[in-house]
Amino acid sequence: MIPAPFEYRRATSVEEALRMLGDGGEDAKLLAGGHSLLPLMKLRLAAPSMLVDIGRLRDLSYVRDTGDTIAIGALTRHRDVETDPLVAEHAPILAHVAGQVGDPQVRHRGTIGGSIAHGDPASDLPAATLALGATFEVVAPGGAKRSIPAADFFRGFLETALAPAEILTEIVVPKVTGAGWSFQKFNRRAQDWAIVGVAAVRNGSTGIGLVNMGSTPLRATAVEEALAGGASVQEAASHAADGLDPPSDLNASPEYRAHLARVLVRRALEEAAGSSRS
Amino acid sequence: MDVSMTVNGSSRTDSVEPRLLLVHYLREVAGLTGTNIGCDTSSCGACTVLVDGESVKSCTMLAAQADGAEVTTIEGLADGESMHPMQEAFREHHGLQCGYCTPGMVMAAVSLLKEIPNPTEAQVREGLEGNLCRCTGYHNIVQAVLAAAKAPAGAGS
Repeated sequence: MIPAPFEYRRATSVEEALRMLGDGGEDAKLLAGGHSLLPLMKLRLAAPSMLVDIGRLRDLSYVRDTGDTIAIGALTRHRDVETDPLVAEHAPILAHVAGQVGDPQVRHRGTIGGSIAHGDPASDLPAATLALGATFEVVAPGGAKRSIPAADFFRGFLETALAPAEILTEIVVPKVTGAGWSFQKFNRRAQDWAIVGVAAVRNGSTGIGLVNMGSTPLRATAVEEALAGGASVQEAASHAADGLDPPSDLNASPEYRAHLARVLVRRALEEAAGSSRS
Repeated sequence: MDVSMTVNGSSRTDSVEPRLLLVHYLREVAGLTGTNIGCDTSSCGACTVLVDGESVKSCTMLAAQADGAEVTTIEGLADGESMHPMQEAFREHHGLQCGYCTPGMVMAAVSLLKEIPNPTEAQVREGLEGNLCRCTGYHNIVQAVLAAAKAPAGAGS
């Protein structure tokens, strides 16, 4: 399978990438690792007129200690998030989840920013950023910056709060050193997308992100509220699919996904309680 | 556009369409047909090659993205008539049946041993999760990789 023709531009800085995106108009797309975009282009589900390759902006590949948070450059590859000592110490769920994405080959190319900007409800990393209460740093043409909380970022199917000419530059994750956490990924075969996944972080309050339970990556707000109100794990987990409209596909019906969400949220909460060091 | 890269130690420059995938560049432009195309959807791993020493699925990368990189395909592993230790281990342990997945499997295994020089069996199985063998000959493939890890010549190099 071969993508439709496009114009290829390679950016050497964020500023240049913003200019190129502006030149390309609405049909221009950023190319990072390409592991979400190129498969869509090969299937001709996406046919951008221009690709702006930002894959060589190495200054957007980093993990930094920023006090109460760690900052991760958007072009940090899954493999580098998986193996970074700062992430392992202060947000171990993120290192673990990065290591669950696809397979080693995918993790050598795919980036955390690409995964988040793609906004696929079946992706693992967005759910982890929701559970962690991460914030996304974005830059617009002219250099204006804004911060978007993960909870406000995912708007619709493959649709995010990013404007077409904006670039996601950094993922800011609160340190949850020693907090209990769990990631439950249910699939039938190695390397598959999760049929349903659950990310939970227990750090005083509990944050829960859901994979593949609707048209966007989701927070399990009904469960979070039940826990905050003093409900037991069992009782809170029973609300995992409340108000949600999970998708139907070859792997699972909506009813089965709702059932899985309740079971996996219970398991995640139990494991997070057991793994807490705080 | 022009792309330049080092393929199996030889540098080359070619004029290509931006949409040309790395796997098609290797097979059709460079004439290296050892890299197979299986699923063409980044699932099966038959097209695995090394880019700057790390395994990638060459069906999910543009040749343009490999501009300036060092690419190694299955043809680049052997040293003349001497097989690479990973190839030798696959032969010795019969780590193949039909052979279609083998080039990708070997390249993924070389990359795996670079990252984990002495893996457990579980780490080998997890490390090869991106490579499918439709003959389901996984048992001997795993044995081959474990044996290659113990080979004196260093199968991750």
